Amino acid sequence: MENLVKLTIDGVPVEVPAGTTVLEAAKKAGIKIPTLCYLKDINQIGACRMCLVDTGARAFGAACVLPVSNGMNVKTNTPKIRSARKTNLELLLSNHDKKCLSCVRNQKCELQQMCIDLGVEDTDTYAGKMNEYDIDDLSPSIVRNNNKCILCRRCVAACINTQAVGVIGPVARGFKTQIKCAWDKSLSEAACINCGQCIAACPTGALHEKDSTREVWDLLNDSTKHVVVQPAPAVRAALGEEFGIPMGTSVTGKMAAALRRLGFEKVFDTDWAADLTIMEEGTEFIGRLKNGGTLPLITSCSPGWIKFCETYYPDFIPNLSSCKSPHEMEGAMIKSYWAEKEGIDPKDIRVVSVMPCTAKKFEAKRPELSHDGLQDVDAVLTTRELARMIKEAGIDFANLQDEDFDPMLGESTGAGVIFGATGGVMEAALRTVYEVVTGETLEKVDFEAVRGTEGIKEATVKVGDLDVNVAVAHGTANAAKLLDSIRSGEKNYHFIEVMGCPGGCVTGGGQPIVDAQTRMECDPKALRAKALYTEDANKPHRKSHENASVMALYKDYLGEPNSHKAHELLHTTYTKREKYIK
Amino acid sequence: MELYRSHVLVCGGTGCSSSGSAKLIERFEDQLKEKGLDKEVKVVRTGCFGLCEAGPVVIVYPEGTFYSRVKEEDVDEIVSEHLLKGRKVQHLVYVDHKTHESSVQKSLNEIGFYKQQQRVALRNCGVIDPENIDEYIAFDGYQALGKALTEMTPEQVIQVILDSGLRGRGGAGFPTGKKWQFARASQAEHKYFVCNADEGDPGAFMDRSLLEGDPHAILEAMAIGGYAIGADEGWIYVRAEYPIAVKRLEKAIEQAHEYGLLGKNIFGTDFSFDIHIRLGAGAFVCGEETALMASIEGKRGEPRPKPPFPAVKGLFESPTNINNVETLGNVAQIILKGADWFKSIGIPTSTGTKVFALGGKINNTGLVEVPMGVPLRTIIEDIGGGIPNGKKFKAVQTGGPSGGCIPASLLDISVDYDSLTSVGAMMGSGGMIVMDEDNCMVDIARFFLDFTVDESCGKCTPCRIGTRRMLEILQRITEGKGQEGDIEKLETLAENIKASALCGLGQTAPNPVLSTIKFFRDEYEAHIKEKRCPAHHCQALLNYEITDACRGCTACARKCPVNAISGTVKQKHVIDTQKCIKCGNCMATCKFGAIIKN
Repeated sequence: MENLVKLTIDGVPVEVPAGTTVLEAAKKAGIKIPTLCYLKDINQIGACRMCLVDTGARAFGAACVLPVSNGMNVKTNTPKIRSARKTNLELLLSNHDKKCLSCVRNQKCELQQMCIDLGVEDTDTYAGKMNEYDIDDLSPSIVRNNNKCILCRRCVAACINTQAVGVIGPVARGFKTQIKCAWDKSLSEAACINCGQCIAACPTGALHEKDSTREVWDLLNDSTKHVVVQPAPAVRAALGEEFGIPMGTSVTGKMAAALRRLGFEKVFDTDWAADLTIMEEGTEFIGRLKNGGTLPLITSCSPGWIKFCETYYPDFIPNLSSCKSPHEMEGAMIKSYWAEKEGIDPKDIRVVSVMPCTAKKFEAKRPELSHDGLQDVDAVLTTRELARMIKEAGIDFANLQDEDFDPMLGESTGAGVIFGATGGVMEAALRTVYEVVTGETLEKVDFEAVRGTEGIKEATVKVGDLDVNVAVAHGTANAAKLLDSIRSGEKNYHFIEVMGCPGGCVTGGGQPIVDAQTRMECDPKALRAKALYTEDANKPHRKSHENASVMALYKDYLGEPNSHKAHELLHTTYTKREKYIK
Repeated sequence: MELYRSHVLVCGGTGCSSSGSAKLIERFEDQLKEKGLDKEVKVVRTGCFGLCEAGPVVIVYPEGTFYSRVKEEDVDEIVSEHLLKGRKVQHLVYVDHKTHESSVQKSLNEIGFYKQQQRVALRNCGVIDPENIDEYIAFDGYQALGKALTEMTPEQVIQVILDSGLRGRGGAGFPTGKKWQFARASQAEHKYFVCNADEGDPGAFMDRSLLEGDPHAILEAMAIGGYAIGADEGWIYVRAEYPIAVKRLEKAIEQAHEYGLLGKNIFGTDFSFDIHIRLGAGAFVCGEETALMASIEGKRGEPRPKPPFPAVKGLFESPTNINNVETLGNVAQIILKGADWFKSIGIPTSTGTKVFALGGKINNTGLVEVPMGVPLRTIIEDIGGGIPNGKKFKAVQTGGPSGGCIPASLLDISVDYDSLTSVGAMMGSGGMIVMDEDNCMVDIARFFLDFTVDESCGKCTPCRIGTRRMLEILQRITEGKGQEGDIEKLETLAENIKASALCGLGQTAPNPVLSTIKFFRDEYEAHIKEKRCPAHHCQALLNYEITDACRGCTACARKCPVNAISGTVKQKHVIDTQKCIKCGNCMATCKFGAIIKN
């Protein structure tokens, strides 16, 4: 039986399991304690001193790290507590660049919300000297503006704890403390994997994606160019949140309509290329299995994961699938297959990807991902940036009528849709590999064992006579754990899916930001994934090899999966990268 | 051991070392050899004698003659007169500041500075050669460890420490026995016993002196504590700025290993204990126990919230006990002489003695060890010898930057944990900085806060930004730009920081401000409302003026770097206050005392 602890919070008796924090216990008692540095499962350090409570001790305690104890009498709403919280908030404001009106996080800022909640009347109560920092915008993915940083260290925790990267941390001390890379280096010089989980963790506008909306507006205004767009599977699972639509609602049709209204000539779908990826990667897997190739095969869709592997686990580079990630495949096909079909010079085409991901901005610039001197993808927008463009264009997103994607590179099966959730690529691959290898129809297409938010998932799948051992990891810290267990010989797998971000692309670094309070109430990883699995279940076709337009591509253009032409256009190579700057 | 007819003890403490005591030792040895006395007289480099003001200090035994401010060239005279001919060198013998009495006919303990002291923690400092384990053993060293390991259970050891009433000497004054009890109660394969030697209060050097003067006492106490709580490994976290202490600790650990007093199966028992040294880089906050552990682990030295307390989850996630150096300095004595003996010193709530580093505006600067509960006046007037230059005592700051100041009206307060805390000061690690009428109390508050702002780790909001904002307010007050409401703002910020900072550093940082406001609010008000510094200290608020005593010698005008002084020869000069940069050159130059500060 669980060890229960009885305590009183603001006179309300509460009974919670031992080890529960006062913050969690208070929530149970219907009391909302304000927090800034606390981020569920990621950061519990008691640093911001917003969640102060009075337990009768000499000094106030931080509820986020204070464990409950029997007979504890907690007060969360005394004049002294309210004053201490407000003073600390006002102190934060005294060193915060308060240009809220032009801030990318305006109205989505936890600091701003806190001012409303705590009733701050004067933002200059403790005005004094402010630190002035240069903005680091040299990374292709992430911009850090420490003038807005409140030193909650949620980004630091995300980087080191959930991602096992740790390229940022507190530098200098006291009032001069700031979060940055060692030796005053820019993020672009550090071994950052561009995943953007730091942005997702940031309560303010101190971290945001490198903005590409100007660049895309300019493209859309250029009548000499054929500008086409492709949104990733995960975008549709979250874009609606930016327009007040509840989390977990898929907005595929509205998204297609909005993209068309923004002026894109063609609205294709990365889901289509996801199906194509399964054809290529599935075939690669069967080939490695049959011909004694390097195993386990590890998926290559996630550019954050790829850079992580290249930097921190380069000995696993031979295990990486040589497949380009889906949007790069789509870009390559747009500039070859579609261009040829439409009779357009590929030089006049611009491919814009809408991605749940900041690492895709880096990936699109990789020199390997090009053909005949043209990058496969020209610009990458995150989900957040697309939302901003839709708002700027005056499109009433929530009331749009659903539309379809454009044909040829726009149709998809359910297998392509679930790419956005952790385990989705593995499940999609298994659906196809099973049927290709056995020649039998797979009756039960749902592989429950690889679904869900568990950090590392394992399954053994019977494919004909063979027991295929698969594993799924999401968040690079989990990937590191998994790779370590393979290195040590403890584990043995045939096929592994790794997604750089915890939860997979649905909670990628480019997705709408979920604040700390909401994260205490629900799990965005599960909610958004559910939207994709529901869409999958409702699709007429749920296996990639049943995608008619992908099959047409092979018949008309590529020949067969892993053909010479397919290799030339759809596969890539990787580079070992240095961990430390020289 | 060889026998000598005379011992020459040369202080090798920090103060005397920096005023050249190492050279004295060389000279003594050379001279003794030259006179053929090297087999009869032994020169010993000891730890700190305490009276740093009189350094370099040399004591000649068996007479106990106390020579002060000894220069290299004085050594020849001491050797040829005192050691060869048996005649004390009168003019080098220490003279009491207060009584102007020479100590020629007195032994050390009769001198005013030492008379009221009682040395428990510092008992061996200045007595034994700290680099020689035999000398420590000759003074009952390692007997307590033997007694604990062979005659006592760990529980009995803890009980004695509990009964003795020993409280932590590093700051908060938590009962040491209780700490050990908590650590003992934690079940774990590995436990650690840590010595906190990260002494950081400005002006405090008692831990340094103890480590330099009696390193084995600390090792012995750690082994006893390790046995009591069930630890097999000890760590000493010591500042890299204490090279002599580090060297002597390293040597002491090596010697203890050679003698089987550290390492496997100590005294043939099942108890094994080893000690490592970790050098700190000098961050004040690393004296906070959780930051200290983080630093030992190789992480950024930052505190973390408690619970979990170190006794449950400490160094490398294992149960850990942490005590400061001076606390440990008492342990072996308590085990040997018993809890009742220790309790007989001091007062019931604060037992034993406390070492203070006496500094600032006081005649006898140095290290003093007194029984708890002595009146503050005794320390300042009798031991410290009063204020130099006939100035008036104004206040004393105890507890360093975390403490508070005590004004003249409270000079009869008993020096113990609870009394000090009750007036807004604290025992702290034992820094005692004396201030006279020339000290501006607003500026003193600014000085201490400047230190804590500088040493804040930057983790929590109130300490990182709050103390900084307080400092800015204090700065503007001392610059004559104080505003109505500043005192209230300081008080609000101070109360909030005290209640909401993450660690002890932040929670105590506002104390110097609060206590100076409490006792010297009029000085704050004079700065803010009248733009006047009553102590004539704050440069921005000063005005230099030439009085009628001026003879018109023109010296001041020639010295003034900005030509702010005008006047003709033999006529009274005038200072242009607009031009004056308040450097004070004129005042220092005037031979007639005709220039005054307002």
